[in-house]
Amino acid sequence: MSHATTLTSARPMEGMRVYNLKLGMWVFLLSEVMFFSSLIGAYIILRFAHPEQWTEPNEVLNVPLTGFNTFMLICSSVTMVKAFAAIEHGDQAGLRKWLIATIVLGAAFVGIQVFEYIKLAGHGFVPVAATYAAEGGPLYGSTFYTMTGFHGAHVTIGVLALIFTTVKAFRGKYSATDYGGVEIMGLYWHFVDLVWIILFTIVYLI
Amino acid sequence: MADETAHAAAGRKAPNYYLVWLYLLVLTIAEVGVAFAAHLPEKLLIVLLLFLAVWKAALVAMYYMHLRFEPPRLVVMVLAPFPLAILITFTVVMMEIR
Repeated sequence: MSHATTLTSARPMEGMRVYNLKLGMWVFLLSEVMFFSSLIGAYIILRFAHPEQWTEPNEVLNVPLTGFNTFMLICSSVTMVKAFAAIEHGDQAGLRKWLIATIVLGAAFVGIQVFEYIKLAGHGFVPVAATYAAEGGPLYGSTFYTMTGFHGAHVTIGVLALIFTTVKAFRGKYSATDYGGVEIMGLYWHFVDLVWIILFTIVYLI
Repeated sequence: MADETAHAAAGRKAPNYYLVWLYLLVLTIAEVGVAFAAHLPEKLLIVLLLFLAVWKAALVAMYYMHLRFEPPRLVVMVLAPFPLAILITFTVVMMEIR
């Protein structure tokens, strides 16, 4: 009897205080954090266990070009947040302009990554141990392509999602009171940038 | 969304996104510079590079992903995976280098 009265008079548990779309995207991003940290953790462990299979930065990989690529992805994060800021104030033209800029920069990033892959494969730096012919050892190639490949796939999916968001924007589906879709697109895009910031440091600079 | 608009109405000023971009640019240049300063001891190099990378990541998370202005419990949720990830990686590395 006393238990029942305690239950009915109890206050309901408070929520996260953010709207569902945003919370959902954050939870998804945290699952991605787990995914990428397992890849990065495995890389760190393998590299400590077999350091002879790696080379100094810039011996095999093109650090300046990738540094420029990193800068481009950071710029795309700026354009994305400017798109969000635009629709926050109801600026439809600004939203469209900045979203298109983000797509262009994101696609350019993927393009340069693909170009780099082609060059590296040409020098024998490949993911498969049997045909690996570059400096260092096969672990270098397989870990490199696994991490940057998964990240590149995430960027590609992000660009496709951005195209979808931009089409919606052109159709006037977002407004100053309904911009959740743009905000969560921004969250995903910034996350992709964030992962690359860590990946670039660990894979290209250390 | 009601919570969000209430917050915005409370006079939350948007951060200067270009200023954050400038910080990120300077930090990236510093990182590449440090990476090519090969005369430093290796451990210091790694600590410095990781510190710069984490600083950049924190800037993106706090200002572009707006975590600085979100409810603290969301920030706690976001930070939650990292202690375990670091602990697991560190433990296995210690096992491997013995």
